[in-house]
Amino acid sequence: MSEPTVTLQHLLGLEGVSKQDIQILLDTGFRFREVLDRPIKKVPTLTGINVVNLFFESSTRTRISFELAEKRLSADVTNFTASSSSLNKGEGLKDTIQNIHAMKMDAVVMRHPAPGSTKQLSQFVDAVVINAGDGTHEHPTQGLLDMMSLQEKFGRLEGLKVGIIGDIAHSRVALSNIFGLNTVGADVMVCGPGHLIPPHISELGVIVNGDVDEVLSWADAVNVLRIQRERMGEGIIPSVREYRSRFGITTERLARHKREIVILHPGPMNRGVEIDSDVADGDQAIILDQVLNGVAIRMSVLYHLLAPHQPLEET
Amino acid sequence: MKKVKATLMDAAAMSRTLARLAHEIMERHHNLETLALVGIQRRGEFLARRLAKLVHQHRNAEVKFGTVDVTFHRDDFRTRLPSPRLGPTQIDFGVNDLHIILVDDVLYTGRTVRAAMNSLMDFGRPASIELAVLVDRGHRELPIQADYVGQSYSTSVNEHIHVHVAEVDGKDEVLLMEYSQ
Repeated sequence: MSEPTVTLQHLLGLEGVSKQDIQILLDTGFRFREVLDRPIKKVPTLTGINVVNLFFESSTRTRISFELAEKRLSADVTNFTASSSSLNKGEGLKDTIQNIHAMKMDAVVMRHPAPGSTKQLSQFVDAVVINAGDGTHEHPTQGLLDMMSLQEKFGRLEGLKVGIIGDIAHSRVALSNIFGLNTVGADVMVCGPGHLIPPHISELGVIVNGDVDEVLSWADAVNVLRIQRERMGEGIIPSVREYRSRFGITTERLARHKREIVILHPGPMNRGVEIDSDVADGDQAIILDQVLNGVAIRMSVLYHLLAPHQPLEET
Repeated sequence: MKKVKATLMDAAAMSRTLARLAHEIMERHHNLETLALVGIQRRGEFLARRLAKLVHQHRNAEVKFGTVDVTFHRDDFRTRLPSPRLGPTQIDFGVNDLHIILVDDVLYTGRTVRAAMNSLMDFGRPASIELAVLVDRGHRELPIQADYVGQSYSTSVNEHIHVHVAEVDGKDEVLLMEYSQ
């Protein structure tokens, strides 16, 4: 029996990715979790494979997580950050991509502020393209690691009730979570300030609820989104205090519900704004599991997208 | 196209062969405290379990048991990658200074065994590693030989050995298959 593999050529988003492909990526993610628990946390699987990390936007944890995943798989890793690149000299995205293409990379991991940029990249390069976040569009590996963390916690995804709380309109994490969780049969409820909920989001199969306490009464788990402080300067979020009182996951609010609700956060956290420190560091939070699962699921994505699987014969 | 060319072992023959292998292991290893049987995923796991059970029946002592999946350690990732269905690697004991017997169903090129040894090394430094296989079909590509062999069978390149175990396939048997284009 040969191992099932994914039908994907690239990972540009979770929209349209089949349930089977998601399940394969998650299952292999758990295999890589086992590798990460070994005394030597490195396997030679991607020896000789060249991966470039293109980050046109600041990132700490995603970039480190991808780099760690690549190195744990023994790939040759090249890092490219916009601040130190020729972009500062006026070179366009297409030129940069074509130059990188000429360097014969096997895989490109890209974060870019423009939605759809990774799809554009996939049309220019003869390499596997993995979206590490394209503007407000999608962040598929974050969606996968959130699902992996939920599956690890609950043992299932189908029928799970997941709330997503925060600035839904500007969140690529929310969108990837919605697409992924819907595909695997989970129920999703979104909650946040009314003007930060996209008007037609219910068409994606989610329930919209403006009352965070109702979400907490309903959900098995809530994914608490980071409030982007830069939005405050734009007048989108009036004040930290108001946001915290209406939508913050505070110790008092959770205590009122007297239910076991699992807390996720994609990071980085604004402690005391969208989530209290006691909650983030408490038993209900699986935020550090998400970080470890992030490395494992990225290993899984790289493994499956770069592996030309064939049927097994005995060797 | 594949077709069954011959049955090399039926369930009874497989049972006798495993019993013989278990006795050979016990003859060579008197101290079971320092012995561990590690099955190579997938069917090696079930053969190793049975060997551990046979040793336990004869010696009335537990033998350490683990499994190893070699998929991530293979060296033909970009060329032919015949990857088995991923199974868990479970080594719930320290391997340092243990005598480990790797167990697999078929020994062919030796690449799976090499990968399994590399995978084991991630867990520590065993005192020794030995190899037990149900069938050795030849065609080695690496200098690897089994210490315990159920049956040696010289195959041609278009012939393959399929080991079926009851736990996975519903019955115990070893088949000689012929592949044609």
